[in-house]
Amino acid sequence: MIVELTSDPIDVPRLIDHVNKPSNGGICTFLGVVRDNAEGRPVVKLGYEAYESMAVAQMRAIVEEAIQRWDLDAVALSHRTGELQIGEASVAIAVGAPHRAEAFEACRYIIDTLKTRVPIWKKEFFQDGAVWVEPVSSQPSAG
Amino acid sequence: MMAKTKPPPSAPPLVAPAAISVRVLFFASVADLMGERRRNLRLTAGATVADALRDMAIDVPELAARAPHVSFAVNESFVSADAPLSNGDELAVIPPVSGG
Repeated sequence: MIVELTSDPIDVPRLIDHVNKPSNGGICTFLGVVRDNAEGRPVVKLGYEAYESMAVAQMRAIVEEAIQRWDLDAVALSHRTGELQIGEASVAIAVGAPHRAEAFEACRYIIDTLKTRVPIWKKEFFQDGAVWVEPVSSQPSAG
Repeated sequence: MMAKTKPPPSAPPLVAPAAISVRVLFFASVADLMGERRRNLRLTAGATVADALRDMAIDVPELAARAPHVSFAVNESFVSADAPLSNGDELAVIPPVSGG
């Protein structure tokens, strides 16, 4: 398992290599990339801040949940911190599984769950200012 | 030949034993609001997360308005506002997350 936060560009081939095991017949990858607009308003760059130790612990817990639920043996998850330019990957997931259905489902579970409870925050920079993105629906709860 | 010495009378405690010290971490919009990323807070023993927040809102009243919209973690585990704090705990005030 690879679970990491990194301030360097994500090495996607390394994540794919990590899950490319002989027993796997499918690898599903997901990349979150920096979009050039926020609901039409031009974005010049993004910044990501993390509560690093807890973020890594939560990312590891989510990956372990996916491994258990879909009986996987190979998952890689990497998230960027710091400033990112348009088109750069902010998050990358690679899931290897014997068959594709598990790989797709686990990959989707990991990104969807990450967005609800991993303490990482995105700041959108516009020509004339910047805002922290705070989705109303992403409130993690105790327990 | 060691003479037995009487132990010195115990010094009075420097702080009331009923006080605890907690390290508070702020992130993203809450760090902007507080104007800092961490602070040490001294609280009465038995204080909860909500008590810590009330204490900090004395300096920064806007924090009280944010309280219903943030989450809390103690020692890196999500907790509710009524969770008790212990001496040496790390309390994180976690605004809505937006990773990915």
